[in-house]
Amino acid sequence: MKILVGVKRVLDYNVKARVKADKSGIELANVKMAMNPFDEIAVEEALRIKEAGNAEEVIAVSIGPAKSEETIRTALAMGADRGILIQTDELLEPLAVAKLLKHIVEKEQPGLVVLGKQAIDDDCNQTGQMLSALTGMPQATFASKVELDGDSIKVTREVDSGLESIRVKSPAVITADLRLNEPRYAKLPNIMKAKKKPLEVIEVADTGVDVSSGLSVVEVNEPEQRQAGVIVGSVAELVDKLRNEAKVI
Amino acid sequence: MSTLILAEHEAGELRPATLSVVAAAAAIGNDIAMLVAGSNCAGVGEKAAALPGVSKVLVADDAAYEHELAENLSALVVSVAGDYTHILFAATAAGKNVMPRVAALLDVSGISDITEVKSADTFIRPIYAGNAMATVKSDDAKKIITVRTTAFDAVSDTGGSAAVESVASAGANDGVEFVGAELSSSDRPELTSAGIVVSGGRGMQNGENFAMLDEIALKLNAAVGASRAAVDAGFVPNEYQVGQTGKVVAPDLYIAVGISGAIQHLAGMKDSKVIVAINKDEEAPIFQVADYGLVADLFDAVPELSKALDA
Repeated sequence: MKILVGVKRVLDYNVKARVKADKSGIELANVKMAMNPFDEIAVEEALRIKEAGNAEEVIAVSIGPAKSEETIRTALAMGADRGILIQTDELLEPLAVAKLLKHIVEKEQPGLVVLGKQAIDDDCNQTGQMLSALTGMPQATFASKVELDGDSIKVTREVDSGLESIRVKSPAVITADLRLNEPRYAKLPNIMKAKKKPLEVIEVADTGVDVSSGLSVVEVNEPEQRQAGVIVGSVAELVDKLRNEAKVI
Repeated sequence: MSTLILAEHEAGELRPATLSVVAAAAAIGNDIAMLVAGSNCAGVGEKAAALPGVSKVLVADDAAYEHELAENLSALVVSVAGDYTHILFAATAAGKNVMPRVAALLDVSGISDITEVKSADTFIRPIYAGNAMATVKSDDAKKIITVRTTAFDAVSDTGGSAAVESVASAGANDGVEFVGAELSSSDRPELTSAGIVVSGGRGMQNGENFAMLDEIALKLNAAVGASRAAVDAGFVPNEYQVGQTGKVVAPDLYIAVGISGAIQHLAGMKDSKVIVAINKDEEAPIFQVADYGLVADLFDAVPELSKALDA
């Protein structure tokens, strides 16, 4: 079977987001960008499934500006076989992304779609669930363990009260949580090889998918800043402050 | 205009998260209906009917809803979505699992994790791990929303007297089945609704040392949390994680022990009323958000704190 993985180009997780002066969004010019960390985990999982002999091909898909090609090349350097970029300079909502992924799913017929559970820029945590709903493929979100047994997949999920496991039938959508695996680093020879792997570029307009959205961003603001408090000299002073000043214990 | 809330419940009780969602619905200002889906959940339906502001309760009693499978719940919500202008879910693992499906099936955008209601169509939500707050406006006929429960004070669980009616099951999806759960059994308060949270980070060095935090938590009737680093290192299970991708907490008192304060962790706790940081590194970023900082070796300070709490 084929595995489709989604990879999104986002602000590097080590870089602090700065709100633009005109409040229209986050400053993304001249800052370090990288693959969404959850998507790295998704790529790694797809590669492990392939390396275990349970898949023949891993296809990395990104939806975004031309520079998202770099993010696809990262996935190819990790070991994905080919890439697809659906190019747009618009910021798309998860619903539009899910519809575009559905378009690719219909074309490629993967047995499994693996996505990160959320992107660390918009923090939506929606795309995988939407793709599942739109395609009718079952969903296994927030995965911390994936076990394949033919076309039956047992997925352990991170939920608020611990772990739960469900079984889904392939084709299915899995979204990766933090503990699913530790992604590999791309080695230099593989980075060189990745440059020669096939990467198809499609314009959003050529997909025929309606990417309009009813949701608009009015403005983006800095959060309220917390003021740093005081450094106390001892445990006794701390307990005194909590009891008599903050009155929280 | 009217709002539908998908209730969350376990062991016959509404989860506290749902009471906060009712508060968010009240801020929107519509009539409020609540959908209770579960297996043998009539008792929960009655509890939902007692919530102030809730005027109608819909009960869908079917084994298909026992394990909160998103496929089944989303089909049910869509089947009753009718004329509701707003459909609200808690931003819990269960709510996040279902909401986007409902939005996609209704072909509208989902609005994740709102922290403020500006008006019936305009909401504020954190982006970039809470380093920015986006004001978003929805022109969709239906607003499909998850609510950050720490941002809305839970309503009381008594005072209402809603009409209860049963609704038909939307059936079970045969592509997915529940296998089992390994749930933590703890007599400590639940992390996201506890008044006090004591969290440990990488500085705790191992899982055994979390016993020191358990001891303090017991004395303060607090929940115990952890940073991602402590969870990734295997010190404590995943459900302890506080942060951008874990749980968001906003207790009256948050005590961070051996936590450096990465932005991803701060995203999950910086709305706590009072923050205490205990860390031996005085440069640790956690001190920039702490009301009270103690620069000390936690292995000295924590036992001392435990003793001081007895006094």
